[in-house]
Amino acid sequence: MDLRLEDIGHHYGDMEIMQGINLEIPAGKIICIVGPSGCGKSTLLRLIGGLERPTVGQVVQLGEPPEDSINPLTYVFQDFALLPWRTVEGNISLVLEDHGIRGSKADEIISDVLARTKLTDFRKALPKQLSGGMKQRVAISRALAVKPAVMLMDEPLSALDSQTRELLMDDLIGLWTREPFTAVYVTHNLNEAVRLGHSIVVLSRRPGRIREIVDVKIPLADRELGDPELERQQKHLWNLMRDEAMAADKELINV
Amino acid sequence: MSEASKQVVQKPVDFRGGGFAPQSKTWVGFLVFVLLIGFIEFGTRVGFITSLTLPKPSDVFATFVDLWKSGLLWKHLIPSISRLIIGAAMGASIGIGVGVLIGLFSLVRAGLVPLVAAIFPIPKIALLPLFVIWFGIDEPSKYALIAFGTFTPTVVATYGAVDNVDRSLIRMGQSFSLSWFSIVTKIVLPGAMPGILSGLRISLAIAIILLVAAEMLGAEYGIGAYILEAGSLYDLERLFVGVTILSILGVSVSAVIGMFENKFLDWRT
Repeated sequence: MDLRLEDIGHHYGDMEIMQGINLEIPAGKIICIVGPSGCGKSTLLRLIGGLERPTVGQVVQLGEPPEDSINPLTYVFQDFALLPWRTVEGNISLVLEDHGIRGSKADEIISDVLARTKLTDFRKALPKQLSGGMKQRVAISRALAVKPAVMLMDEPLSALDSQTRELLMDDLIGLWTREPFTAVYVTHNLNEAVRLGHSIVVLSRRPGRIREIVDVKIPLADRELGDPELERQQKHLWNLMRDEAMAADKELINV
Repeated sequence: MSEASKQVVQKPVDFRGGGFAPQSKTWVGFLVFVLLIGFIEFGTRVGFITSLTLPKPSDVFATFVDLWKSGLLWKHLIPSISRLIIGAAMGASIGIGVGVLIGLFSLVRAGLVPLVAAIFPIPKIALLPLFVIWFGIDEPSKYALIAFGTFTPTVVATYGAVDNVDRSLIRMGQSFSLSWFSIVTKIVLPGAMPGILSGLRISLAIAIILLVAAEMLGAEYGIGAYILEAGSLYDLERLFVGVTILSILGVSVSAVIGMFENKFLDWRT
């Protein structure tokens, strides 16, 4: 299943957040969205997943999601959004219960996603016992449990320290290499973007517009830390963004 | 440089951190009670506290033992506790129900929040004559008074707790296409639980106050009636026995809520 954004524009009251966004999200690819703060990256993600309605334009679903997909458009949030009163297992079963998956069938799915995110030993742990990186792993395994057609990731690694971020990036690359998934990945971290994105969409400052789409040709699995080609791409992205970021930083906040 | 450093005075940096972190020291509270009672006992025995000012704690204890032996303790305590349980259960459950509705539906909120704000400051004891007319002089009017008194603080605490549930968790529920009912029962209610329980602590203390007030205004048996009788005879020993029973009742109620919190809210950091 592909997604297409057709001429998306969005306002909050009088303030124009974004305008004229046209974008294709092809199946099996990771699209990164970068831009200066306040350019509407996260808003765009909420529009794509139907948590908010765009003022103009529409998000179109091309083709049907796969038969076994329980929740086609699934988010991974920056703040993990785990229920603190449920165990790791309970947090995952939460999203299965409502789709009528219980008992041994749910158990099977939970065991599978926990194994894929290396969490098998933490099945009965409460979120308060887990580190930030572990919590985000739980959130990712919860997203995998509903077999999404498109994963919508809202700065999933931004709340983590840089070592944990490296580890989780490797995990995400590993997950994708074993079983390619489609993802829209919003981040302000250009390094994450060049490591994980098949193409990188650069937004301008408010009102957000697409400034450029950069394709990264190196296969995900071959992208090493400190690769000169990636460094070059990252520098190019930074040059695109620097002036925008500076201008955005000086804007008065009146949201 | 090395020459100069030899003459420099060395001292460790002063420690300025620490504190502001409550620690569990249960024995201190107990010690305060023991010291206070010991002081009063000493004062009344030596004589710098006259027997008109305060009764001797040992006499109060002896009076309590008498009350217990004569069987009157249970005769007073059982009706009081059953009034408290029935009245507070009615008030708290209706209060939690209404509070959740206010928290969930804007229309209910717009309609009921001003009403709750209007009845909150009314001293409920003032309404007892009204309740007597409505429900009769017997038990129902006492239940109604206690229920009404617990209702308002519970409502306010409950809708505040529902408002404070982390919105990002609700958005998460929606993003996984959970039904409205699931979001309410699996996310909103558990998330509001800490706030509801701490509201109940206040509501139940108010319930005990109202229990005594109701019993003072018309009951043959009950802690309130016992205290009223002792008070009108200026029998300070019995008065203090009654007051002590109320304190113990309050501490027990608070301990029960604490047990609930430990059991159901162990997920809190």
